[in-house]
Amino acid sequence: MILLDRVTKTYSRDTGAALDRISLHVEPKEFVIIIGSSGAGKSTLLKLLTREEKPTSGKIIVGGIDYSKLKDKDIPLLRRKIGTVFQDFKLLPGKNVYENVAFALEIVGMSNKEIDHTVPRVLEIVGLKGKEKRMPMELSGGERQRVAIARAVVRQPKILIADEPTGNLDPKHAWDVIKVLEKINRFGTTVILTTHNQEIVNKLKRRVITIEAGKIVSDRANAEYHS
Amino acid sequence: MNNSEKFKRWSITEWRIIKTGCTNFVRNAWLSIAAMAVMLITLTIVLFSVIANATFTNTIKQITDKIDISIYLKDSVTPENREKLVKQMRALPNVKEVTFLSKDDALVIYKKQNANNKDLLLAISQTDNPLPASLQIKPKNVNKIAEIKTFLDKKEIKDLQSDETSYSGDRKEAVDKITHATDFIRRAGIIGVLVFAVISMLIIFNTIQMAIFNRRDEITIMRLLGANTSFIRGPFVVESVLYGVISAMVSILLLNGLFAVSSSTLEATSLGLLDINYASRYFSSHFWIFMALQLGVGVFIGAASSIIATHRYLKFKTTK
Repeated sequence: MILLDRVTKTYSRDTGAALDRISLHVEPKEFVIIIGSSGAGKSTLLKLLTREEKPTSGKIIVGGIDYSKLKDKDIPLLRRKIGTVFQDFKLLPGKNVYENVAFALEIVGMSNKEIDHTVPRVLEIVGLKGKEKRMPMELSGGERQRVAIARAVVRQPKILIADEPTGNLDPKHAWDVIKVLEKINRFGTTVILTTHNQEIVNKLKRRVITIEAGKIVSDRANAEYHS
Repeated sequence: MNNSEKFKRWSITEWRIIKTGCTNFVRNAWLSIAAMAVMLITLTIVLFSVIANATFTNTIKQITDKIDISIYLKDSVTPENREKLVKQMRALPNVKEVTFLSKDDALVIYKKQNANNKDLLLAISQTDNPLPASLQIKPKNVNKIAEIKTFLDKKEIKDLQSDETSYSGDRKEAVDKITHATDFIRRAGIIGVLVFAVISMLIIFNTIQMAIFNRRDEITIMRLLGANTSFIRGPFVVESVLYGVISAMVSILLLNGLFAVSSSTLEATSLGLLDINYASRYFSSHFWIFMALQLGVGVFIGAASSIIATHRYLKFKTTK
């Protein structure tokens, strides 16, 4: 599903490599947690997967698409296949809950009928039924993140990338979000999650990849996290 | 995907772009109003300066048209000699028109001009017609009267004249000054309008760019979600084009009202050199052209500046 072969990313010569010859393989339907301190290179890794950044060297293949052969005009098509959840939610401030989720479907040219059928069901899964008309400003952090997750999964992507989705949430809301991610994973979506939260890592008991200073220092199944 | 389905998706998307543009226009009401106010003011001033320029040009033309040269003929000049003289004068390069005014015609005009002066009319009716026949020469270029003057000063022609040649009588000096200034005013007017138009475009462009700068995060988010360029840019273009259309219409209506009020209530028909009646007529006779021009300019600036302004936030990272 996801294949990285000796991928290096250098932003500038002075700072050195943000990612240094990383190789990684993720199977379909896997749930992978990536941990590591701030600046270790977690976000850079995810940005490479969504083609926000280009690797300095190395090969990236996701869902059969070789990124080195990807043209600019095909980047939107790639991103439609990957659901993304961000730490800062990145909701569209001018659109309400329903419109934010529907936007992901409007992008692909889905009819209003299909949208009206799909969006309420997804909002129900993330527990936001009845809040369709709220604007992002009127929601709590946890609710906002659930809107973001609804938006990311509404297109039923094969891959979901969540960059510290619980970073701005209190423990209760953080768990709500993680539960939703697990649910989505059970439906067959590959999930890549980065987090700082030790408790989440320990309770989930999934594959854990540790990145330090741009290198993978450990990659263990059913791992626990000891700082 | 077959063609009809492709078309269906395309039309849904186009419709959504227009709808989103209109929705944003309403939701960003204050920003919209501010942007439109700037556009309205600049479009109005540019159009007004175009009209003012046309009016000045007209005023100058009216003044210069009045400039003519009259030569008064002795009663002894025969029709043959007169015709010969007219032919000679028409052959001069700077002569536009030569009109003959007979003694009788001159008397009719004189009586008309002095219709209130009964004594004068009585006196003139008791003598033979004392007025000379005359030839009125209209020059093509008022700045080059000297050539004609040289011709008229030749001795054989001087001999046919009963009085001194008249160069538009007393007004000559004033007229001279104005005619020397005409070319300058015309050119300055056109350059002024052009410079102003360019400045206005920059101001409008900057306003729209600021409005889009405020919402650059939205563009980035849409990009991350996989929206393609036209789907993100479209609503911004629709919104800016709406600014253009609305401010162009309001601008035209505003000027329309301004001219309607000023030409009906102001007793003076001119403000300095600006002949309001002419400006008003000029405006209404070109109304639809101005309307189309304003709309065209408004739509063009709106579309162009939003396309340029969104460009930088839509770019993909190309550095490795």
